[in-house]
Amino acid sequence: MLGYLTLIFSCQLIGELIVAATGLPVPGPVIGMALLFAGLSIWGSLPTELAGVADHLLANLSLLFVPAGVGVMLHLSLLGRELVSISVALVASTVITVAVTALLMSKLSEMADKPTVDEDKPDGDAA
Amino acid sequence: MNDLQTIWVYLSASPLLHLTLTLIAFQFGMLCYRTSGFNPMLNPVAIAVVLIVSILFATGTKYETYFDGAQFVHFLLGPATVALAIPLYRHFEKVRRSALAIVSSIVVGSMTAALSAMGIAWLLGASQQTLVSLAPKSVTAPVAMGIAEQLGGLPSLTAVLVMVTGISGAMLGPPLLNLLGVHNWAARGLAMGTASHGIGTARAMHVNEIAGAFAGLAMGLNALATAILLPLLLQILF
Repeated sequence: MLGYLTLIFSCQLIGELIVAATGLPVPGPVIGMALLFAGLSIWGSLPTELAGVADHLLANLSLLFVPAGVGVMLHLSLLGRELVSISVALVASTVITVAVTALLMSKLSEMADKPTVDEDKPDGDAA
Repeated sequence: MNDLQTIWVYLSASPLLHLTLTLIAFQFGMLCYRTSGFNPMLNPVAIAVVLIVSILFATGTKYETYFDGAQFVHFLLGPATVALAIPLYRHFEKVRRSALAIVSSIVVGSMTAALSAMGIAWLLGASQQTLVSLAPKSVTAPVAMGIAEQLGGLPSLTAVLVMVTGISGAMLGPPLLNLLGVHNWAARGLAMGTASHGIGTARAMHVNEIAGAFAGLAMGLNALATAILLPLLLQILF
């Protein structure tokens, strides 16, 4: 377990180093995620213990946003004067983005699923 | 009274107090969320944040003091992001089959987020600096702040907007998706991750692992897409 936790930390560390060295516009942990994913693909299977560690971390993912969320208290006055325009824009734009992305994705994956049968993996009972 | 004062001074200077406060407030949020049958409107992050901010204001505690304790929780955000590789790996066959659909939806979603936020705020008379700070609000916080800084926005304002976007997407996204009749877990997750980054991903993960895998992927790809496309878009607009 400790070994796999170290593996996860190492992926993040390498990710942070890559970002610092190249100035890539992506956070270190996201690069770390890509590295771990690449590693698993090369390895060819998912070690049960690694899955356990990851599932534990992800089960409480929401909790990890709380300290940053509380940071809102520092900047309440920044919102001040333009509070109405900012909140309307935020909420409306978020709703629009969810709708557009979801509708486009379900349309596109429907289109991709229906006409062509997957070449290398014929699905027996496609739902 | 004097003793109580001494205990308070001791406790408020130790990281344990605010770490414990964070855990208790979040578990209270989870309790509300769970007893409501995972109603997205009772988002546990939102409940915990409101509770903690009220307590900090009431006790006159500075955010820095709070963060000294809460940083131990905050720190795990990085490793947890790395761990998103696991659900992605488990469901990669599904991802690979719809790679083109995923990339197109995220690029369109990324531009929709920036354009709609700026457009609406502009119509309501927001300043140009506010518009630029709003543009990257659907992107995960560290990247969004970097983008805002590079483009002449206010990174600290962007950080707040990112948080509010995450929470409002996690609250309003699921009922909206039901209303629109989108039942495909991949599409639901992708939309949550694109529109409301990690907080949307956390909500998606609560509900369904496939949705969580797609949300985590969307969060990463949206950060990349927005970082590349937003500077170009602003060059055309301004």
